[in-house]
Amino acid sequence: MTTVVQFWLSHRRELAALLSQHVALVTISTLAAVAIAVPLGIFAAKRPRLAAPLTGIANVVQTIPSLAMFGFLLPVPLVGGVGARAALAVLILYGLLPIVRTTIAGLRGIDPAIREAGIAMGMTERQLLRQVELPLALPSIVAGVRVAAVVGVGSATIAAAIGAGGLGEYIYRGLSMVDTTVILAGAIPAALLALLVDAALLWLERALSPRRRGQRRHLAAAVMTTIAAVVVLTSGVGARRSTGSIVIGSKNFTEQVVLGELLAQTIERVGLPVDRRLNLGGTLICDRALMTGDIDAYVEYTGTALTAVFHQPVGKSPTAVYDTVRDLYARSGRTLLPPLGFNNTFAILVRGRDARTLNLRTIDDAVPQARRWRAGFGYEFLERPDGFPGLARTYGLRFADAPHVMDLTLSYRALASGQVDLIAGDATAGLIKGLDLFQLEDNREYFPPYDAAIVARSNTLLKRPEVRAALETLAGRISAADMRAMNYAADVEHRDVRQIVRDFLGKPAM
Amino acid sequence: MAAIEFRDVSFARSPRQRVLDRFSLVVETGDVVALVGRSGAGKSTILKLVNKLLLPDSGRIAVEGQDDWEPIALRRRVGYVLQDVGLFPHMTVAGNVGVVLRLERWEEARAARRIAEVLELVGLQPSEFAARWPDELSGGQRQRVGVARALAVDPPVLLMDEPFGSLDPVTRAELHGEFRRIQSRVGKTVIIVTHDMGEAFALADRIGVIDEGRLVAYDAPATIASSTDPRVRRLLDAMPALDVRRGAKAMAEDDGAGRLRAEGASASLAEARAKE
Repeated sequence: MTTVVQFWLSHRRELAALLSQHVALVTISTLAAVAIAVPLGIFAAKRPRLAAPLTGIANVVQTIPSLAMFGFLLPVPLVGGVGARAALAVLILYGLLPIVRTTIAGLRGIDPAIREAGIAMGMTERQLLRQVELPLALPSIVAGVRVAAVVGVGSATIAAAIGAGGLGEYIYRGLSMVDTTVILAGAIPAALLALLVDAALLWLERALSPRRRGQRRHLAAAVMTTIAAVVVLTSGVGARRSTGSIVIGSKNFTEQVVLGELLAQTIERVGLPVDRRLNLGGTLICDRALMTGDIDAYVEYTGTALTAVFHQPVGKSPTAVYDTVRDLYARSGRTLLPPLGFNNTFAILVRGRDARTLNLRTIDDAVPQARRWRAGFGYEFLERPDGFPGLARTYGLRFADAPHVMDLTLSYRALASGQVDLIAGDATAGLIKGLDLFQLEDNREYFPPYDAAIVARSNTLLKRPEVRAALETLAGRISAADMRAMNYAADVEHRDVRQIVRDFLGKPAM
Repeated sequence: MAAIEFRDVSFARSPRQRVLDRFSLVVETGDVVALVGRSGAGKSTILKLVNKLLLPDSGRIAVEGQDDWEPIALRRRVGYVLQDVGLFPHMTVAGNVGVVLRLERWEEARAARRIAEVLELVGLQPSEFAARWPDELSGGQRQRVGVARALAVDPPVLLMDEPFGSLDPVTRAELHGEFRRIQSRVGKTVIIVTHDMGEAFALADRIGVIDEGRLVAYDAPATIASSTDPRVRRLLDAMPALDVRRGAKAMAEDDGAGRLRAEGASASLAEARAKE
């Protein structure tokens, strides 16, 4: 716990920014959900035939896991893509159901005698709604808003997967660094925020109940005004994105975050504003974001680009692969800059202890043992043609049972703790050293080259030659040892990524 | 001109459920008419047809000689008191009483004066009750607020649907007295619906007996009390003698006309019973 507190203290400005992003995401999405769901609920409450299918649809939407929802929305125009807009769209969808449901319930729950009294008194339908039905249904509606907001606080953590920021960024960063402290640094404030929102709205719900005294209702009105003011202020914060800033993306593992930060600081050093969209879901999300212009640049690996992005057969020669990929990118309006200097190929990893006792050096050495082993692979590795299927064919590799699908970054821990016996990691992973893991040699040269190189939107580079100039200074500058050292500093020593990159760039250029 | 007139009105809740069948009724201005019948006889339907909460399948209903009222305008000229009162729980007593005044866009000071006035009229001290919430009132007080709300814009016609049905006998008798006192001051045209013949005797100038959607008797209380029609007799016999005496006593404390009326009714009733 003390380490979490230390983390907060040393990251307090970032924490404040992420917290305010989180609050903005939840407040804006909840208010938008209210604006949509309450009229919808009113409409449906008077039309019983509509209410059932409507709540049915809302129920189905609710059961879609939020990560899947982000996936569905990626290719949708206007609301899709990465960033706060897409996150808001998903959060709003989730907020609709509870509010629609409680609006309907609140309106249906009104004593018919009260409604009849209003009509008999000569109220028009509008007057009845505004003066009688809505005020009486309000506590029930607020109860729905409470559920929506609390669920929203939780769902918003997942928004970090598509670069919308918020406290989820710590959770993802912590997961990718296998660092409980960082996970807690995001999870604790998120949980506290959820409790706070719950308590505040519960209080509001009670204060608005018709059997309360007038003053409390005034107080409730004051609270609502305050909330509105907070929204106006925080939405300013959330919406602020300096025009003309360069958007840097990264995938969601440590090395990518480090590289993204490296690109960002390199550009900032020549005096240009940068918008960081680090920790995006994976290769395909980054690629799509680059295509749509949601990001301007990120670091890709040549082998990954060849197979996962362009669906080309696996190549073996590093220069041939680089040239092919550069041409393919150029055809779709993107520019591949010269390689950064290291090759992050897949590393087939076993425990160092096993390697020593069983005297394993190459993948071939491990094949006979593997029949008694369990393997754990990231989803991407399992699916990609240059991943497990080809590996199994080339080496005749078989395991005791089907490989477990697990988060790439968690698989290092799973291996070290004996839950699995073989994983496919990154050759530059700092944890290889930190957790005493051993990389088996790819003696049949199955894995293609994975030279890291910056891929950027050609448009951006043409319009901003100074960006290209800045990024090109990184060419050939990062050795595999540099990369592993930075990963080690982040993953094992838990040092701040910004500081690691600052230290690295501080070195005089070659 | 009759204040309210039903001519050949038929109404069915569904094709199979006919509630009123060629129903006709004339209520003179300033009269208090009690419609008595068993539950489900169609009494409440008649009230809802008057202020267009329901529309007839056929026939003509005129209020103050006019049968083509715009529903909203009509309802603001017709006070309505429900058995369940239907006070708005999110408004204070003053807020409830002033509902129609606000709908009619009365100026605030004038509305406040009027609210105090009607609260006093129904026997609630404005300084004590205006700021209270409905859940801080007894059943009788709530019903008084309901009456005050219906009377606020001084409508010429008042409809009361089982207004005292859910009150205990003592409170009910007390409110009967109050009702007569108020009516003697405001002189509205009133239709009260009740299943209790005793209540009808205590309050009405004329009593209409409804049976299976038809008006089977419509006359002064004394005449009704001596009716030999079995459909009327059933209702008379269901009335506890105690109720009549208490009603008569309450009236005796109130005004002479009431006492005479009640005594007349009890006398005719006693006579009618003696004949059996």
